[in-house]
Amino acid sequence: MPEPTGVIHDIGYQRYTGPRLGRRHVFGALYLHGLRTAFGLGRSAKAKIFPWLVMGIVLVVAAGLTAVRTQLGEVVMTYAQFADTMSWLVIFFVAVVAPELVSRDLLSGVLPLYFSRPLPRGDYALAKLGALATALWLLLGAPQLLMFLGAAFTTDDGMRGVWNELGDLLPGLLYAALWAVVFASIGLLIASLTGKRAFAAGGIVAVFLMTAPIVGILSIMPSRTVNELAMLGSPTALVHAVGQYTLGDLLVPGGQGEDQIGGFGPVYLAVAVLLVAGCVALLLMRYRKVAAR
Amino acid sequence: MTLLATESLTKTYGGRVTALADLTVSVEPGIIGLVGANGAGKSTLIKILLGLLAPTSGRVSVLGLDPTTDPAAVRARVGYMPEHDALPPDLTAAELVTHLGRMSGLPRTVARERASEALRHVGLHEERHRAVGGYSTGMKQRVKLAQALVHDPDLLLLDEPTNGLDPAGRDAMLALIHRIGTEFGISVVVCSHLLGEVERICDTLVAIDGGRLLRADRVAAMTSATDVLAVEVSEGTDDLAARLAGLGLPVSREGRLLLVPLADDATYDQILGAVAELDLPLHRLDQRRHRVAELFATREPSHA
Repeated sequence: MPEPTGVIHDIGYQRYTGPRLGRRHVFGALYLHGLRTAFGLGRSAKAKIFPWLVMGIVLVVAAGLTAVRTQLGEVVMTYAQFADTMSWLVIFFVAVVAPELVSRDLLSGVLPLYFSRPLPRGDYALAKLGALATALWLLLGAPQLLMFLGAAFTTDDGMRGVWNELGDLLPGLLYAALWAVVFASIGLLIASLTGKRAFAAGGIVAVFLMTAPIVGILSIMPSRTVNELAMLGSPTALVHAVGQYTLGDLLVPGGQGEDQIGGFGPVYLAVAVLLVAGCVALLLMRYRKVAAR
Repeated sequence: MTLLATESLTKTYGGRVTALADLTVSVEPGIIGLVGANGAGKSTLIKILLGLLAPTSGRVSVLGLDPTTDPAAVRARVGYMPEHDALPPDLTAAELVTHLGRMSGLPRTVARERASEALRHVGLHEERHRAVGGYSTGMKQRVKLAQALVHDPDLLLLDEPTNGLDPAGRDAMLALIHRIGTEFGISVVVCSHLLGEVERICDTLVAIDGGRLLRADRVAAMTSATDVLAVEVSEGTDDLAARLAGLGLPVSREGRLLLVPLADDATYDQILGAVAELDLPLHRLDQRRHRVAELFATREPSHA
C-alpha cells in the first residue's frame, strides 16, 4: 500500500509562554464586547434589527430638524431638548439592550466561566454598565452631532457661528451623558435580577413609565414645596430637573425652569448622584452574590 | 511541589449547614480524582480553590498560592469546567472560547488561535463555527473543557465532566482527560460521584463525605498491597482450602473461587505446590485487583 499523502500531523499540545494581559486590558475587552453586543455587532441579524431601528429613528429625526433649521431658519429644539424628547426611545432601548447584556448571561449560566477567570467580579458588572451607558450616549449624542454638522456648515456668522453652535452642543452632549448614566445604572440593575429577558424588559419599562404618574400627582398637590420636589418621583423627571437646574435656558427657553423646581436644583443634582451611586453599589452586591453561587 | 493543600479547612453556610469540616489534605501534581456523593462538599471545595468562596476557617493553597488572598493569580493558572450548563446557545464554539480566552488575558489573535487549538484537542474542529445551541450534550461538555484549556492553565478543575453522557461518551471524555493529564503536562482534578469512573484514569484519589476526608492516597498504593489471587479448581475445592489454610494462608471462599491475599511471588508457588500435591485439576489462577471501591467499603462501611 502506498504511503498516504496529505496526512494531518498532530503536533500535540502547545504550552503558551507569551504575554498575558492585565486587568485593564481584560476590562477593555469585555467593555468593547458589551458595546458591540448592544448594537448587535458580531451577533445574528435578528439581534441587529432593534438597536439599528432606534438609531435610525433618532438620526432621521435629527436630520429632519436640521433640514427645518437650514431651510426655514427655525430652531425647533435645542441639543439638550433633543435628548429630552427622545427619552421614551431611550427607555425602550434600555429595556431591550440591558437584558441582552446581562440577563442572557444569567440564563445561560455562563457567569461561572467569567468568575473562574482572573477578572474581579465587580469588573464584569462595571464593564457591562460602561458599555450600556456608552451605547445610550451614542444613541443620543450621534444625532446631536448630525444636527451640529448641519448647523455648522450653514451658519451665516463664519467661525464665530460654529463656536456658538459648539457651545450649545457640548452641554447637550453632557446632558446626554447624564441620561445615559442614570438610565444605564437603573436598567442594568433591574436586568441583573432576572435571567428572563421578557421579565427584565417589562421591569425596566415599568420602573421608568409607571413612576411618571407619581410626578403628576405630586405636582398638583396643594403645597408649593411638594410641587417643586415632584420631579424626584420618576427617573425621567429627575434627569429633566437636573437638566433644568444645570442647563437652564438651553433646556427650558424663557427661564421657566425656576418655576418648576424652585430652589431645589442642588437637591435634584444630589439625588441623581445618589441614585446612580446606589444602583451601582447594588449592582456590585448583586454580582458578589452571583459569583459565589 | 505540592499541587493542592488544605489545612483544617472548614466551610459552614450561615453557621448551620456544614459543607466542609476540618479537611486536611495534600496532593501532588497528576490526575486527581475527587470523589464523594452528591452534597459531599466537592463543589464547595472547588469554589474555595478558585477563590470564589471564602473558607470559614482553615488554610488552603493552590499551586503554592493562596486563593483567599490572591484569587486573581490562582485563577490565571487554573482552568475550570463547571458542572451545569454554561454555554450561551446563540454563540458558536469558536466565538465563545475565543472570548473567554481574552477574558483570561490572551491577546486577541492569540485567543483566536488557541481557541481553535483547544477545540481541536477536544475533537471539535469541524463543528466549531456552528452555534452551540445545536450541539449534543457530549459536544457541549467538550466546549466546556476547551474553554478551561484555552489559556493554558497549570491545573484543570473539572466538576462532573461526564455528567449526562452516554457510556461511549463517558469513555471518550475520560480518555481525553487522561490524555490532558499525561501528555499535555497539566494537572487535573476530576470531581465525580462515580468512583468506578475516575479510578480508571486517576493516579491519586481523594474521597470526601459529609465534608470530611475519608481517604486520600495514590491509587497504586491503595491497590498493590491488597491484591488477591483467585484460584478455581474443578473439584476438591474444600481439600485445597484446608491445605492452604494449613500452610498459614488466610484463604476465603467466594462461590467456587478461593481467594488468597497476595503477599509476594512465593504465594503463587505455595498455591501451585498445594494443587499439585492434591493432584487437582486447576481451572484458573489469576491476580485480581481490588476495585478501589472495596477499599472504601472495608474502611468506611457506611459510606461506600
